[in-house]
Amino acid sequence: MRQFLRRTWALAAVPLISIILALLLGSLLIIASSLATEKSLNLLLPLVAYESLLQGATGLSFIDVAGGAISLHFSINPDQASRALTSTMAAASPLVLTGLAVGVGFKAGLFNIGGSGQVLVGGFFAGLAGAAFAQQPVPVAFTVAIVAGALGGALYGFIPGALKAFTGAHEVVSTIMLNSLAAFVIVGLVNDIFKITGPSFARTADVGHAAMPILFGRNGNLGIFITLILVALTWVLIYRTPLGFEIRTVGANPSAARYAGMSPRRLIVLTLSLCGAFAGLAGAFEILSLGYYPAIFGTTIGFAGITVALLGRAHPVGILLAAILLGGMRAGAPAMQITAKIPIEIIDVIQGLILLFLAAESVIRHLIRSRAEQVTPDEINTVSRTYGETTI
Amino acid sequence: MTETETVTAPALEMRGITKRYPGVVANDGIDLDVKPGEIHALLGENGAGKSTLMNILYGLATPDSGEILLDGNVVRIDGPSDAIARGISMVHQHFMLVPVMSVADNILLGAETMANAVFLDQAEADRRIIELGKRFGFEIDPEVKVGTLSVGWQQRVEILKALYRSARILVLDEPTAVLTPQETTEIFAVLRRLAQEGHSIIFISHKLHEVLEIADRITVIRRGKVVGSRLPSETNEDDLAALMVGRNVQLVVDRGESHPAGPTLVVTDLKVRDDRGQQTVNSVSFEVRAGEILGVAGVAGNGQEELVEALTGLRRPTSGTVTLAARDVTGSGPRELQQRGMSFVPGDRHRFGLVLSFPLSDNLVLTQYDEAPYVKGLLRNETEIDAWAKRAIAEYDIRTPSADVAASTLSGGNQQKAVVAREFSRKLTVLILDQPTRGLDVGSIEFIHRQVVSKRDQGAAILLVSAELDEVLELSDRVAVMYRGEIVALVDGPTASREEVGLLMAAGRRSIPPTEGAAPPPDGPAAVSA
Repeated sequence: MRQFLRRTWALAAVPLISIILALLLGSLLIIASSLATEKSLNLLLPLVAYESLLQGATGLSFIDVAGGAISLHFSINPDQASRALTSTMAAASPLVLTGLAVGVGFKAGLFNIGGSGQVLVGGFFAGLAGAAFAQQPVPVAFTVAIVAGALGGALYGFIPGALKAFTGAHEVVSTIMLNSLAAFVIVGLVNDIFKITGPSFARTADVGHAAMPILFGRNGNLGIFITLILVALTWVLIYRTPLGFEIRTVGANPSAARYAGMSPRRLIVLTLSLCGAFAGLAGAFEILSLGYYPAIFGTTIGFAGITVALLGRAHPVGILLAAILLGGMRAGAPAMQITAKIPIEIIDVIQGLILLFLAAESVIRHLIRSRAEQVTPDEINTVSRTYGETTI
Repeated sequence: MTETETVTAPALEMRGITKRYPGVVANDGIDLDVKPGEIHALLGENGAGKSTLMNILYGLATPDSGEILLDGNVVRIDGPSDAIARGISMVHQHFMLVPVMSVADNILLGAETMANAVFLDQAEADRRIIELGKRFGFEIDPEVKVGTLSVGWQQRVEILKALYRSARILVLDEPTAVLTPQETTEIFAVLRRLAQEGHSIIFISHKLHEVLEIADRITVIRRGKVVGSRLPSETNEDDLAALMVGRNVQLVVDRGESHPAGPTLVVTDLKVRDDRGQQTVNSVSFEVRAGEILGVAGVAGNGQEELVEALTGLRRPTSGTVTLAARDVTGSGPRELQQRGMSFVPGDRHRFGLVLSFPLSDNLVLTQYDEAPYVKGLLRNETEIDAWAKRAIAEYDIRTPSADVAASTLSGGNQQKAVVAREFSRKLTVLILDQPTRGLDVGSIEFIHRQVVSKRDQGAAILLVSAELDEVLELSDRVAVMYRGEIVALVDGPTASREEVGLLMAAGRRSIPPTEGAAPPPDGPAAVSA
C-alpha cells in the first residue's frame, strides 16, 4: 500500500504542481485583465473567478459574496450539482478519448499530434454513416455510426503509422500535415457533395436515430459510459496483455524490442491506428451529439488531448482524471464569465500554462527537490526526442 | 620537522575518509597514502567505494569526515579545477576527447596556452607537447586528429593532457579495459616511466594479474572499507580475489573436458556490412558443435559485433548461409531463431538486453512474454511471471530488494545475471554470448562462467565473443581469432598460448616485423623527428 502511494505520488507530483502553478499564474492574469475593465484593483477577483468556475463544474460553493465582503461559506445545491457534474462528464468524455489517442502513442514512444485530423475524419465518417442509417432502429444506427467514426479515425492514424514504419517519416511532421489535409478536404466535401438544402449554412444531413442517446439529465449521454469502459479496457490492454507489453517495450527501448523478437514496424502501425480510432470515436461523439456534420467544425478537443495525455502521465486513469479537470473547466467557464466577468478564454490560457509547466518538468522536479523516480516511458522525452533518433 | 613526519612525506595521503549516502556508507574511514614515484593500485569490486574515494580526491564529492594531505599539508579540494591546480589529474575509462579535433587542440581544451589576450600560442603548445612526449617515451604528432588514433594512443593523449596540466598525481580508472595485451604492455611502460620521473599514480583495476604486474603497492577496498594492503611480492591472484570478494573465489572455472557432438550452428562464407555499408565480416566460416564452447577472440571493432548481430537476426547478412540444427536460418529474425532454440546474451545489456525502466520481473520475461506459462488466454499471467521472477532471483543470486524495482536500479553485475537467468532458463540448443562479463566484478564473473560451463555440459553449442582475451582462453574449447572481418586462425583452447593469440589479434598473423611492434597503427601519428 505504501509503495502504491509512493508510486502514485511519483507520477502525480509534477502534474499537481503544474496545475497549482498554472492557477496561481492564471490568477495574476485575471487581476491584470480586470485592470482593463475596472477602475480599482480587485485582488480577490481570482478567488471569485475560481469559485464560480468550481461551482459551474461541480455545483460546489465555498464562499459567499455579499456586497464587497467575502465570507467562507460551504454550500451545495443537489440539483445544481447533478446538472453541473453531468455537464462536466459530458465535456470530459471526448477529452478522455483524445487524451488516450495521444497517451497510448506515448506508451509506444510515438507523439501523435494528429488527434485533431483524426477527430475530423472520425466525426465526418460518423456523420455520413449516421445520416445513411438515420431511419434504422437506434441501437443499429448509433452502433454503425460510432464504429464508422472509430474506423475513420483508425484509417487516418494508419497513414502516418505506415509512413513511419516503411519510410521513416516522422509522425510529428506527417500528422501535422494530415491535420490540415483533413480540415480542408472535409470542408470541400461538405460544401460541394454532402451539403443538404435547407439550413442557412453548409452541413450534412441529420443523423436521425444515430444521434447520441441521452440517458439522464440534459446531457448525460451514452458516450460517457462507453468512454469509461474504454478507459478500463485500455488499462488492461496496456498493462495486462502481451500486446501492451510489446507496445510499452517498443516505446521504452526499441532495440530491446527487436532483440526480444517483436516487430517495431507492426507495432507502430498498430498503435497509431489505435490512437486514431480513439480520436475518431471522440469526433463521432461530438458529431452525433450535434446531430449533423457542419462544414466548419471548429473543435479543439484534438489538441486538448495532448494536454490531457501529458497531465495524465499517459496513464489511462490519469488521463481520465485530467480530462475531468479540463472538462470541468469547460463546463464551468460560462458560470465564471457571468459571475466574475472574466473572459472565457482564460480557461485556454490556464490550460496552456499547465502544458508549459508540464514541459518544464525537470525545473519543477528541481524546485520540489523530488527524488521520486522518473516514471517512464517519459512522455516529455517522447515529445522532445530528436528527429534523428529512429524507432525502427 | 616533527617526529611523525617520515623522511619523505607521501605525495598524497587520505585519512579516515568517510562518506555516507542515504542508506549506504560508501567510504568508511578509508586511509590511503601514495608516495612520490609510486604506482599504487586500488582494487575492489563494483560498488566497493573506489569511485567515491576518487571523486572525493577529485573534488566531485565532499567527505563527511576525514582529511586529504598533499605533501604533508592538509588541503580542501573544491572541485575538479581546484584538483587540477593542485596537480591531481584523472584519466577516465571513457575518454573525454573530441575525435574531430587535433591532439594539440584536445590537450589545450581548458588549459589554453595564450600568445596574447586573444590568440592561442599554437606553436608553443606544439613544442611542449612534443617535448613531453619525448620525455616519457611516446612522441606524437600534435596536429593529428584524435579520431584517427588507435585506442591505445588515445589513452596516451589523455595522459599527455594530464601531464600538460603539470599533474603530479595521476588517477587512472581501469585504463586497460579497452586495450589489447600488446597495448597494455606499452601503456605499462609509459606508466613506469612516469613513476621514475617522480609522478604518483593511482591505478584502479579489477584485473588481478595486471595489478600484480604494475603496482608497487596494492590496497583492497570492500564495502567502503580498506580490507588489506599488500606488496605484489607477498601476494597472488587468489589472495587478492579473496580479499576483494570476502570469500575464496575460483578465478578460473574448472571446466573439465568437453564432449562435443555433431555441429549445431554452421556458418558458411558469411559476409555482413555495418551501418555505414562497410563490409566488416568477410567470408567467415565456422561451426559450433553441441557441447562445446567456441571462443571468438579479437580486438573490439574487427567485425565481431556485426557477426553476432547477423547470427542473432538483428542484421541481415549480405551473403553466405547460417544453419541451425541442420535447418537454413539465414536472414531469419530474432523471433524465429528463438523459437528454434537460440538464446542470446547481448553485449550491450542496456541497449538490447534490458528495458531499464521496466521492473526486473518484466525484464526476466522479455523474450518469453508471449509464451506459456506467462500468458493465459489474452492476458499476461502475472502470478506465473512473479513466481518465475522469485525463482530466478534465488537461483541466479540476483541481489535486489524485490522483483518490482526498475532494472536500472540494479548494479551492472546483477543486471547481467538477470539477462543470463532469462536466456539460460529457456530450452536452448545454441547459446550466443557477447561480452558476457563486461564490466563485472570477479564474484559475478565466476558465477556466470560456471553457468556457461554447465550449459555446455548439458549439450548446448556455445559461441562466446569477448574482448577479454583471458575470458576466451579460460572458457573456450576452441578459439577463433578475428582480425579485420576474417577468422585468421582457429586454435585449440586449452593449449592456446596467450602471446600467440594476442599477436594474432593485434596483427592478424603469428609473427610481426620487430619495427612494427611498438609503432602506432598505419594511419596513426608519424613519429616526430627531432
